[in-house]
Amino acid sequence: MAGANPGIEGRFKRKQRRERIERRVYFVASFALLMLIWEACRAVGLINPKLFPSIAAVAQSCVAQLRDGSLQQHMYASFLRVLVSFSIGIVLAVIFGFLIGWFRVVRLLADPGINFFRALPPIALIPLMIIFFGIGETSKIIVLSYASFFPALVVIYQALVSLDPIYVRAARTLGATNMEMFRKIILPQLVPHIITACRVSLGVCWATLVAAELIAAQRGIGAMMVEAQNFFQMPPLVLGIILIGIISLVMDAIVRLIETKATQWQEKMSN
Amino acid sequence: MEKGIVIQGVGLTYSSAAGSFEALRDIHLSIEPGEFICLLGPSGCGKTTLLNTIAGFLEPTAGSVVMDGKRITGPGPDRGVVFQQYAVFPWLTVKENVQFGLRLAANRCSSEEIDRISEHFIDLVNLRDFKDAYPKQLSGGMKQRVAIARSYAVNPQVLLMDEPFGALDAQTRHFMQESLLQILEKERKTVVFVTHGVEEAAFLSTRVVIMAARPGRIREVIPIDVPYPRDAATKTSPEFIRIRAGIEKVVREEFQKLRSSEGI
Repeated sequence: MAGANPGIEGRFKRKQRRERIERRVYFVASFALLMLIWEACRAVGLINPKLFPSIAAVAQSCVAQLRDGSLQQHMYASFLRVLVSFSIGIVLAVIFGFLIGWFRVVRLLADPGINFFRALPPIALIPLMIIFFGIGETSKIIVLSYASFFPALVVIYQALVSLDPIYVRAARTLGATNMEMFRKIILPQLVPHIITACRVSLGVCWATLVAAELIAAQRGIGAMMVEAQNFFQMPPLVLGIILIGIISLVMDAIVRLIETKATQWQEKMSN
Repeated sequence: MEKGIVIQGVGLTYSSAAGSFEALRDIHLSIEPGEFICLLGPSGCGKTTLLNTIAGFLEPTAGSVVMDGKRITGPGPDRGVVFQQYAVFPWLTVKENVQFGLRLAANRCSSEEIDRISEHFIDLVNLRDFKDAYPKQLSGGMKQRVAIARSYAVNPQVLLMDEPFGALDAQTRHFMQESLLQILEKERKTVVFVTHGVEEAAFLSTRVVIMAARPGRIREVIPIDVPYPRDAATKTSPEFIRIRAGIEKVVREEFQKLRSSEGI
């Protein structure tokens, strides 16, 4: 019980803080090491310095692009695409996941199709979408929504199938209707799984975004990289790679933060 | 119209590709309002199956279960169920669990009623100090008291309890048996209680229904003529010990039969 032994609790808190600091130190050290290897490879000639820019050159390019505002525009374009498509994909995945998990007929009907589309890489749809919708935003949004939809769908409906039926039974005996069952019994149990689905989907969505932008886009981090490639500008190209990595990391961290906030009852469960 | 639960010629056979299994055969039992019935028997005798037909989770393949003149076709708030695995919602606090049924459209409660009723039943099961705790922070006995309060809150006529104290340690189990009787003393309900504990059955019930296996059927119904209120002292009274021994004897016979038929 809380407050039962302040001595032990204090010691536990101190230990937790020490571990947190330790993790941060190693986090920084890990990236410092990577940068060291990068510069070392250039210095000893393992990579041709003309083909791979120095850290300073990449940083310079970053500052220059921030000054003229082009970097912000690229990032904004990419973010917006991911955010819109990801939201569409997740909402649809929750709805369809529920239908598939709840109704046996829908599951039997949908299962083979899902497995086919799940195995199909989203990038394979890009040429078709460009013919259908042109090279504008629509085709990209559709491909990206598709990319975030399927992994989320699979996570959600598998979670639904594996839920303990006892809570549904208990709620039935208290008089819950189907709609109440969904809102008050199924959804709260699905929240942790929906967040997992978000993490998976966001990852896939980013990966696909860059591919979509590489093929056809004026703005976006992928477009920035293609432009750099065309003009043989190495610093912005490498900058693009680093940015994509950092943004993925940050997004994942944000989702994890939401996860701990939204599933506090589970945290308490593991006490 | 006859009040109470009438079980008429209930049979339940599961059929699958591997063959059919007769879980229940020709069960007849009438339960008066306010009775405490224990279904007692070896595992596989169909006591939980019978309870589930009263709850409406299972539909009998023969006969019918009728409550207050109406045939039971599905679960409903007139029959509260308390499960062995507690089934307390882990994402809700104690208070929210107890209020769960009251907040459903089916039970039409105003917010004052919800507060008043939930407070009342949280007090009744002695969980006032834990009303904002989450289930994981509670012991098994406390979780089961939350489940009992949650069932009571929607005011069912009947409480169906499926080995509710089966997962508890012996001390807690005795304590829970006594608390259950105290709660019933204050707010009377019809109870159907599944157990394989002879002492538990004798201590709680007005009648013990001993069941036999293969197929699941009623072997004997034994009335327990020990007056309520009963408490820990009841268990050591000569009368109680005699009744308990009588039940024990029948249960043992059934167990022996089952053993020899299985060739163990």
